[in-house]
Amino acid sequence: MKTIIETNNINKSYGAVTALHDINITVNDGEIFGLIGPDGAGKTSLIRILTTLILPDNGSANVLGLDIINDFKSIRNEIGYMPGRFSLYQDLTVEENLKLFATIFGTTIEENYDLVKPIYSQIESFKNRKAGQLSGGMKQKLALSCALIHKPKLLILDEPTTGVDPVSRKEFWDMLKDLKKAGITILVSTPYMDEASLCDRVALIQGGKILSVSTPQSIIDAFPKKLYSISADNMHKLIIALRNFEFSNTVFTFGETVHYTDRRNSVIQTGEIMKYLQNNDLKEIKINEINAGIEDCFMEMM
Amino acid sequence: MKRFWGFVHKEFLHIFRDKRTLIILFGMPIIQILLFGYAITNEVRNANIAILDLSKDAVTNSIINKISSSGYFMIYDNLDNLDEIETVFKTGKVKEVIVFESGFAQKLKSNKKAEIQIITDATDPNTGTTLYFYTSNIIKNYQMEINLVQQPFLNIIPEIQARYNPLLKGVYLFVPGLITIILMLVCAMMTSISLTKEKELGSMEVLLASPMKPFLVIISKVIPYLILSLIISTVILLIGHYNFGVPIRGNLILLYLEITLFIITALSLGILISTKAQTQQVALMVSLAGLMLPTILLSGFIFPIENMPLPLQIIAHINPSTYFMIIVRDIMIKGSGLEFLWQETAILIGITLVLIIASIKNFRIRLQ
Repeated sequence: MKTIIETNNINKSYGAVTALHDINITVNDGEIFGLIGPDGAGKTSLIRILTTLILPDNGSANVLGLDIINDFKSIRNEIGYMPGRFSLYQDLTVEENLKLFATIFGTTIEENYDLVKPIYSQIESFKNRKAGQLSGGMKQKLALSCALIHKPKLLILDEPTTGVDPVSRKEFWDMLKDLKKAGITILVSTPYMDEASLCDRVALIQGGKILSVSTPQSIIDAFPKKLYSISADNMHKLIIALRNFEFSNTVFTFGETVHYTDRRNSVIQTGEIMKYLQNNDLKEIKINEINAGIEDCFMEMM
Repeated sequence: MKRFWGFVHKEFLHIFRDKRTLIILFGMPIIQILLFGYAITNEVRNANIAILDLSKDAVTNSIINKISSSGYFMIYDNLDNLDEIETVFKTGKVKEVIVFESGFAQKLKSNKKAEIQIITDATDPNTGTTLYFYTSNIIKNYQMEINLVQQPFLNIIPEIQARYNPLLKGVYLFVPGLITIILMLVCAMMTSISLTKEKELGSMEVLLASPMKPFLVIISKVIPYLILSLIISTVILLIGHYNFGVPIRGNLILLYLEITLFIITALSLGILISTKAQTQQVALMVSLAGLMLPTILLSGFIFPIENMPLPLQIIAHINPSTYFMIIVRDIMIKGSGLEFLWQETAILIGITLVLIIASIKNFRIRLQ
């Protein structure tokens, strides 16, 4: 398997703040690699280093076999990059933006139309509309079209689905899958844990450190404890009660329920927890053992 | 090259889509030149003057007649001695005093020359200068008339004394100053803003991650402003020349070459600002405070440099506007050629080179 991106102990700090600490990841040819982490985890810094936009303090990295420091010009020719913020020209129309980026990459819209067609055709009816007047989802499609216009081997996307509605998010991931089929390697960052399962492999990143790199399934499989979903009539009281429970390990709210792990590794009597909660004046208590998600793994590793 | 022109095209689209800026770009120079032209007008009519005729002979009489019948002057008072000059100026009723030396006709006849002293109230340097020019012109005309029939030539020497502002550096030649200000504004301010705009809106990030050479991004950005500035300069020159009769005596090609040189100076200043400023607001403030004020106040446009305290004089001497204003003024008004202006031109080229080198050094090929 060919390696598309390889980093060696990349460090980056801004003044006293360490943004990245000894980052080692490899991205293989033809996969969708997810960089999953909360805001401020260091995702954008790492992506900007890989897109040659900023320099690491130390460490090295290869992108498409090219050194990010010495061969930055060649890398800029080869990759497609879509920053986290909508960065096209809002006062130019959809078509003018696409044409401009085609010209910048020394190509034409027609030349690589087959690649962008599935995406661009969705917004083509708005081609005379100014980019600034597009909806969030349409802006993303235009930005993706512009990033793809030169048929890059590697597509790097920084939080492409942040602030996009759920329907557009799903559409967007479907598009990424199609691009993967077209042979493009994709590095994508996201703060949404549920999107991890859509990637082939993910790196969990937090506080500038990589917590784990693996397939989403093996990360979930490696979850070390039994996980319980607990609900009751009073959420607030439930959390306090669980946190004060003598064997409690982690207690996190998860939508309408609380995800709970126990400190004991042996088989846990759910009746014991039930009894403890009833003693704490909680009613309508439900306790179910569930499979861990990526978010649970993330919380466990933090 | 295709990339480059594609980018220039995009830059023009930005400019033409931004109607408000476009109106400011073209409206402001026109409004300014009209305001300057009408508010600081060169036309002085029926100005009150006083005559001190120490000779009272036929020649002085006919000169006084010429002056009073010119339509520009009203003889408000006839003085008897030199002490009265100060008094009559202090009343503020009189803008100019003309003094004929004693034995005027006699001296003209025997020495072939005689002196007239023209003393103006230069608290308003504009009017003072204008009055002086009118008076000396009338005297010159008279001199030519008598010399037609007289050999050898007789010489009447007008001696100027501008009271209260002896250097008489005024605003009367507003067109060169205005061109300088407008070019500074359009080139330096607009480029620095539009370059920082790319940074602020994030499009610079995409451009940097693309094969587009950062240097080309900048060049393609300044080209539209260069063209726009040349058009605006032409508009100012046309209005100045046809509406206000400001002469353009020198070589027009030289004038345009110098204008282009100054545009490049201002553009590189704009680029330099944009390499440092992170937001459009900062770029705007720096351009306004750092460029506009010195251009208006510290370039000799409004206040004579010679009268400034030393620190300000130093600023004025490294200010490219100072030299450009001299160049434009001399080409337009004096009709000077490069043989007289090579020094200023060389300094301007030098400043421009320094600015270009500084902006290249400061330009970043990455985000930080």
